Parts: sequence; structure tokens; C-alpha cells
Amino acid sequence: MKKVSIIGAGMTKFGERWDKSLKELVVEAGIKALVDSNLSGNEIEAVYGGTMAAGRLVGQEHVGALLADAMGLNPLPSIRVEAACASGGMALREAYMAIASGYHDVVVVGGVEKMTDVSTGDATIALAGAGDVEWEYFSGATFPAVYALLAKKHMAEFGTTEEQMAQVAVKNHENGSKNEYAQYQNKITLEQVMKSKPIAEPLKILDCSPITDGAAALVLASSDIARKYSDTPIEISGVGMASDTLPLHDRASLIELNATKVAAEKAYRQAGVTPKEINFAEVHDCFTIAELLAVEDLGFFPKGKGGPATQEGETALNSKISINTSGGLKACGHPVGATGVKQAVEATWQLRGEGKGRQVDNAEIGLTHNVGGSGATAIVHIMKRVN
Amino acid sequence: MVEGIASIWRNIPQRYRLEGNYCENCGTAYFPPRVVCVKCRRQGKLKTKIFCGKGKIETYTKVYTAPTGLELEVPYYLAIINLSEGPSILGQLVETDSEKIKIGSNVEFIFRKMREDGEEGLIQYGYKFKIV
Amino acid sequence: MTVGIVGYGAYVPKYRIKTEDIAKVWGEDAERITQGLGILEKSVPDMDEDAATLAVEAAKIAVKRGDIDPQDIDAVFVGSESHPYAVKPTATIVAEALGATPHMTAADLEFACKAGTVAIQIGMALVNSNMAKYALAVGTDTSQGRPGDALEYSAGAGAGAFIIGNKNIVAEINGTYSFTTDTPDFWRRPGKDYPSHGGRFTGEPAYFKHVSSGAKGMMERMNTTVEDYDFFVFHQPNAKFPIKLAKDMGIPKEKVLPGLMTPLIGNTYSGATMVGLANVLDKASPGSRILVASFGSGAGSDAFDIKVTDKIEDIREKGAKVQTFVDNKKYISYGEYVKHRRKLKM
Repeated sequence: MKKVSIIGAGMTKFGERWDKSLKELVVEAGIKALVDSNLSGNEIEAVYGGTMAAGRLVGQEHVGALLADAMGLNPLPSIRVEAACASGGMALREAYMAIASGYHDVVVVGGVEKMTDVSTGDATIALAGAGDVEWEYFSGATFPAVYALLAKKHMAEFGTTEEQMAQVAVKNHENGSKNEYAQYQNKITLEQVMKSKPIAEPLKILDCSPITDGAAALVLASSDIARKYSDTPIEISGVGMASDTLPLHDRASLIELNATKVAAEKAYRQAGVTPKEINFAEVHDCFTIAELLAVEDLGFFPKGKGGPATQEGETALNSKISINTSGGLKACGHPVGATGVKQAVEATWQLRGEGKGRQVDNAEIGLTHNVGGSGATAIVHIMKRVN
Repeated sequence: MVEGIASIWRNIPQRYRLEGNYCENCGTAYFPPRVVCVKCRRQGKLKTKIFCGKGKIETYTKVYTAPTGLELEVPYYLAIINLSEGPSILGQLVETDSEKIKIGSNVEFIFRKMREDGEEGLIQYGYKFKIV
Repeated sequence: MTVGIVGYGAYVPKYRIKTEDIAKVWGEDAERITQGLGILEKSVPDMDEDAATLAVEAAKIAVKRGDIDPQDIDAVFVGSESHPYAVKPTATIVAEALGATPHMTAADLEFACKAGTVAIQIGMALVNSNMAKYALAVGTDTSQGRPGDALEYSAGAGAGAFIIGNKNIVAEINGTYSFTTDTPDFWRRPGKDYPSHGGRFTGEPAYFKHVSSGAKGMMERMNTTVEDYDFFVFHQPNAKFPIKLAKDMGIPKEKVLPGLMTPLIGNTYSGATMVGLANVLDKASPGSRILVASFGSGAGSDAFDIKVTDKIEDIREKGAKVQTFVDNKKYISYGEYVKHRRKLKM
């Protein structure tokens, strides 16, 4: 297999972008990535795009064609992939495989979601498609309710507290306040989180990532030609993806996301690194409990210790391991299909030393972790700086 | 509308009677029924099985913000229930006294309305669970 | 051929609203109303309950007690005046939930509060004629009272289910008699939320005339008198009517009280006589004789002469008793009641 590098990265501001359509968002991100890569554009061989629910949210299917058309890239092949909230990570992995296999040399990959053209109720229905619609949503389980079930179990098994979960949101807002692209740039306090409106016990509204519009994009190139375009190519050194049962109730265990563990193990093995060597990670904090599960399942902390570690500040910027320096899904925002790509954009900036006020010291190796639904899909990428 | 008429109808045996299946080959019971045995795949032999409706709560939550169509019912409790025959299922609890709801509580199937498609559409009945 | 009850069950939802809490809202004298109707509180269905769900739960207890294979139920008849659909039978929902489908017949009935007892009669006929091995008769209702109207105090929710057969009978039905006329005491036009009624006209020309005629006609047919019966179960729109009727007929109050559930759960309409009978079957010793006389507005009364066999003791404990449902209760406020009963315009 060939080695693959990231040579360009860009994203739009995440937030309620009333003024921008899906097309406009994805083109903005795409152009930023292309400018960043120093490509003319003629080098691109294929387009990979991830979006979860364009059909329900903007009534549009055939998004692959839409992306290529909008970016002026006809007649290139354009592939849209979907894995709920892991659509972006899946698009990145597909793009990676296209180059690693030697089939393409240069591709552009984007992730986008336009969520505010419909009502919050309709957006919630669309998001419910990430779980099992027949056997979870139909019984009254909204997406937060499914993660709440995980939270309750984690609390019962390990003594994880609501305060520890709330600290995830506090830390991510602290990081987001330094990210010009983040949806929320305000800092929040633990008390604010604890007093916020209950959604599904124990999760309150400030435990939940928001509804967001946004797009992110990357340009990938085969590592042997990357230096032609970029002085700071970032190598994707490990990739892992795994699946698990669609509904939460069919899982073998309710205290971990096995898909994360399997995907991470594959990525670590390929990259030849252990969790200890990871300096920073963008993990999938769709809900605060999801970050606690992530830092455990990715091997950064022992199972059950995610809560105490967060409370002790061990996941804060430049502590033991910097988690979600972008602000995570919580503060940066979660335009569903864009998140997996945005995570890689943040990782790229960190590894290049372009951390813009939230720089991880000595950033050598980073990890991105993107989850679909309640853990039915998990995708892990490991990136490193090449000197 | 969450489900179309045909999909509502197809799920009646599951929702009304807890009809699942089990693999004759490996003995694993499934609810809802599987198309293919997870363990044996094509070597599996799936036969219909009616679940007795008894189980234990594995985890639960109290939902305050309802999905469209269930606004009048909030707050309500949801739980993942481990049915006595093996598989687990998510279901709404009809109990609303929080003191009675614990991980490990015994529950039993009760027949209730699950969804209603407005004032003109179909009423979808099915399983919920009561604490015993 | 002897035909009778093989299995029986009832279901009452757990929420209650007190007469005094309704009276408070409408500025009425709670004491006077409670005394006048003899109703302390009535049952209120949960948001996700309706006549079909109540019917299923009652029927399941009947099947459990009867210890029968649901596939042997050849007919299901459900009587109600609050069927969930105007067109699409409750009976098929019940049949499907029990696993009785598909080799069977089913239909819904309406005759105000006596639709369930008509179902029993039809069941008897099918079993007697060998057209059915077992027939399931259910009376179920989640009827509504117009806010501020007298009926708001009494309209409760409940269901009773009886499996009729000719083997392993726990209560023989020796005979049945009906008294039927066209009497406009209480009605509801299609599409309307609440019924209308004739006020005082619902008393003497309606309830009293028909139920007393039903009971008397039954005794004439069986050549019996009041003394031959240990229990009387009458339709019970409030607690006063059946007590007055008993007095008029020379029936001791103690024989009527065990079948009188209205004071604590309200009038469960098509469920009323059925739930009252179920409560008696929960308690009556073998050999007891019961006279049942239902009432349905419009109007009519179905009477039954029932004799409890010793097989009743084998089956009673197999399912929840009526008293369990009566005792398992949770009070709600008028506001919660209005939300539950969807009287709020959304």
C-alpha cells in the first residue's frame, strides 16, 4: 500500500449559517483546502463527500454529483458516502484507500451538513436515522435518550458523576473559545451545565452537541508526490474502521463502544504506535458521556476512569493528552457529515504548528475518532508530522 | 408519519405478541427476529419464538424532550430490558414513580398505544413494560 | 348443553381523579355531588391507553385463567362506546394481540353500556351451536364526560373479558333474557366528542324500567325469586341507581355491594357490569348463584343466571384480581386529567 498525506485543509465557520446553502458551504470549504494545498485544481482525480441526511434536511439526494458540479469539478468521479455522524470519517477513509491502493494520486474529500433549513423537530427526526428507527426511535428513544442510557449505565458501573460529564462541556467550550471557526466561542461554567434544561436524564442541553451548519475539506495526495505541493505534508499513518449492532440494546456491552476499540486497535497497529504516544485527539463528543467513553475505549485512560481523568484536568489543553482542542462537537458544533473531516482539519493544523492560540505543545502524533449513531460505526485515523 | 402502513402491519406480530425467533442450530434467541442468525449465518435455522415478556432493566433514562408525536407523554421513562430468554430490547416503561425504577428491576410486557398518526391516521399499538 | 364462563379477567387503569377535585374546578359542592352520585373517585386511562389496550389486558388475564390455547378462540366480540376507530374493529386488534388469528371470526358491538353483555350472549350462541369451541366477549370503555357536565364525575375507564365455552366451566350460564326497546335516554352523534343525555329521563323510563324488567324477566324464565340468588350484579352508572333498584326489588344491599365497583372507579360503561361480575367471581364460593342485569342506553338490559362451579377455585389466582386494580391507584389533578383525556385543544 502507498502512503497517503494531507496537503491541504480548510473549513467554514460552523454555526447557524442561515445565509449559506449546502452547496455554498461545501464550496467554501473546498476552495480553502485547495488554496491551502497550492494545487491548481487540475491535479484532482476524484471527489469524496460525506453527508448524513441531505435528503431529509434539504430534500436533496445525488449529493456526489452535486459536490462535483458545485466545485466545478465535472467530469471527475464523485462519491458520496454515509455513516450517520461518521459520514465525514468514512469519506476520509474512502479517499485514503483510493490513494493507498494506487488507484488515484490526488483527491479532495469534504464533509458537509446543512441542518437549519428544517425545524428542530424535523432535524431531530433526521438524526434519529442514526439509530434503529424501527426498534429504538419508534419506542420513543430520541438520539439523546440512547446516549443517556449509556450514561446511566456508566454511572452505575463506575460511579461516573454528572459533574464529570459536565466538565467535558466546560473544557470543550474553553478550547472552542480559542477557535475562530467554532459555533460557540463562549466559555461556560460547571454550574451552568448542571442547571441547564434536562433532555434525557442524566443529559441536559449543555451535555449535548448542537444543531449546526458547516463544511470541512481536505486534499489528499500520495506521499511520494506530496512534497511537490506542501512543505508540511501530514501523513495518515494509521486507519481503522469497525461496525457494531445498529441498536444499542443489541450490543454485547453497554459500558463501552466496541467499534471504537476495534477501529482504534487497527489504526494503532498500522501506525505502529500505542495510545501513550498520541499527543492529542479529536474525539466524538456528540454528548459529554461519549467523550468519556471515547478516551477510555481509545486506550488513553483505563475503563471507568474517563470521568475522574476529565475532572482532574487530564484531558485539557497541554495536560496529559489534549482532547478536542477544536472545541469538539460540543463547542465547535456538529454539522453531522462534516465533523469527521473537520477533526482531520484540526489535526492537520495542530501537527503543522498552526494551532492558533490552542496549540498542542510538541504535537507529533494525533488521532481522530468519528462515531456513527450510538457506536454502530467507528472510524479512527492516526496522523503524524513527517520531517 | 414515522412508518408506512405496510411496515406497521409487518411489525404487528413483534409489537403485539413479542414474536421473535431463535436459531435451532446454536440456540440463540432473537427479538426482534433476525433474518440471519448472527452466529451461524447461512448455517443457522431460524424458527419463530414468542417471548414471555418478562425481563430485567439493564439501564434506563427519563426523557423530557419528546420526538414528534409523543409531546403529550413527556416525561416518560425508557429502558433497555434484558428479556428472560436472552436478547435485550428497548421499551418505554409505564411506571412513572422514579423510586420504583432501578437497574435490575423486574418488568413485564404490557400492551399499550405506541404511536398515533394524528387524528386521522393509524394507531400503532405494541409493547411497553411495567415494573412488577 | 351446558355453556358458561371458562376464563375471566378485568383491567382498570391506575390513575384516579377525586370527585371533589372535579367539583372544585366547576365551583360545585363536592360533598353534595359525592353524596348524590355515591362516587368518590373514578379511573382515568393513561395517555397511551384506550379501549383496545384495556381490552387486551383484560382478555389476556381471561386466557391465562382459562388456560386455553388462543388458537382455539373461534370468535372475538368487543363491545364499547369508545372504540378507537369508527371504522376498523377493536376485536381484530384484541384477537391479534392474543394470537387467536387467523381462523376465527370477529366484530365490534355497540349498545352503549351493555355492548359487552351482548357479546356474551353471542358467544353463548356460537358455543351452543358448535360453531365455536371458545368465544371471547369483552366490554371495554374509556368514555368521556363533557367538561362541567354531571357525567364528567362518573365516566371512568375499564374492561371485562369472558371466555365462553362448554368445557372446564367455572361459572355456568343457566340462561339469559333481554328486554329491549327504542328509548332515547343517552346518545352521541358521529364525530362529536361528548354524548348528550336526557337528564332525569335517564332514570325511571330508562335505567330502572329496563334493568328491573331484565332481572324480573330472567327470574320468570328460570322460575326463581330474589331469595335464590347470592349476588346481584347490576349496571352501575352511579352508586345510587343499583342500590335503589335493589331496594325496590326487595334485594338485600349485601348481595349487591360486591358487584358494585362504581364508587371507587366510576362508571366504566361497557366494562361496568362485566367488571362487577369479575369482582364477584373473584370472591364467590362454589355453588353461589348470581343474577346479572346490564343496561345499555337506547335502551336495553341483558340478564344472566349464573352458577359458580368448584372449578373457580383452581383458576382465580392465575391472574390479577379486580381488587388489585382498584387498590393500585395514583391520584392526578384536574389539569393532569384534562391532559390525559386530551380535552385540551392543541
